[in-house]
Amino acid sequence: MRMALIGKKLGVTQIFKNGARIPVTVVELGPNTIIQKKTREGKDGYDAIQLGFDEKPHKKVGKAMKGHFQRADVKPVRFIREVRCTAEKVTEFEVGQQVSCDLFQVGELVDVTGTSKGKGFQGVMRRHNMKGAKQKTHGTHEQFRHVGSIGCRTTPGEVDKGKRLPGQMGNTTSTTQNVQIVGVDTENNRVLIRGSVPGARNGYVIVKQSMKKLGRIKTIGIEGASS
Amino acid sequence: MNTVIDDVESPYVRSDLPALRVGDTVRVHTKIREGTRERVQIFEGIIIAYKKGGNRASITVRKVSHSVGVERVFPLSSPTVNKIEVKSHGQIRRAKLYYLRNLSGKAARIKERTDRRPPSTKQRKKAKTETVA
Repeated sequence: MRMALIGKKLGVTQIFKNGARIPVTVVELGPNTIIQKKTREGKDGYDAIQLGFDEKPHKKVGKAMKGHFQRADVKPVRFIREVRCTAEKVTEFEVGQQVSCDLFQVGELVDVTGTSKGKGFQGVMRRHNMKGAKQKTHGTHEQFRHVGSIGCRTTPGEVDKGKRLPGQMGNTTSTTQNVQIVGVDTENNRVLIRGSVPGARNGYVIVKQSMKKLGRIKTIGIEGASS
Repeated sequence: MNTVIDDVESPYVRSDLPALRVGDTVRVHTKIREGTRERVQIFEGIIIAYKKGGNRASITVRKVSHSVGVERVFPLSSPTVNKIEVKSHGQIRRAKLYYLRNLSGKAARIKERTDRRPPSTKQRKKAKTETVA
């Protein structure tokens, strides 16, 4: 069972811990409101809880969503995501309950999902790290940053699916796996996550317990260091 | 700028270090761990760059050791920096003294600053608080 919370990326800095300089991303994490509970027995057919983050004024809510918030008797929020859970876990929560970042503990590994920064329509050198022209002299012209050949001739007579070509880069949902939580500040609803997470400042991120290393606690900094 | 970031950084910002300026000759005392033992190493040289920014502030110190130029970057908020002594101030005209890398011997010297130049705002503030105390 992996628990998740919705938050907002606030910025990047560094801290000093156990003799090491640690690059951190500051994330405003929660409190999240539980808006809906879904159960396998109910009409949804699966177990999940629906989390909401970032309150917004009533006048900015459309009619459809207004009903949804009213049913749960919660304040309207800007960002809603669902987390799949086990049936027992769903019963632990109540609709309207606030969930805060003390769900996570220092040293825990998490996966962080966000929308990566958009880079626009980019060529193959930037988008796929291709090398461009081998040689820039001896008659080469107008080919310096091109793709090169994109396939064979009559056989197979088509371009391979998934061939890396120019196109939109960034602005996609992206996940950074196994990043460590190095600080939890329940007072200010902030967590510090080691390294970088997808997206720009003020972008929404979903912090979820690690898929690959669930429950693993790692030490922070240099082992046995004094400060 | 970003108040949240300042808030996260502020516990790490140190107030016990002297006012440092580019061109100063300093002795930086750093803690070095050798196995389980800890000792202090001193690096003496000229500050050729000062990078500001909360607990990310750092200085680059350059010295010439056995005719080889050596530069070290010290994060000012790092707990491994024990203390910094300012030995002398330099009369300089640039914010970054990277040009010293291309100079050697007598040309790489920096003229010592006499106190003709007014102290920086930071230094003035510091002096004020000291007299009050």
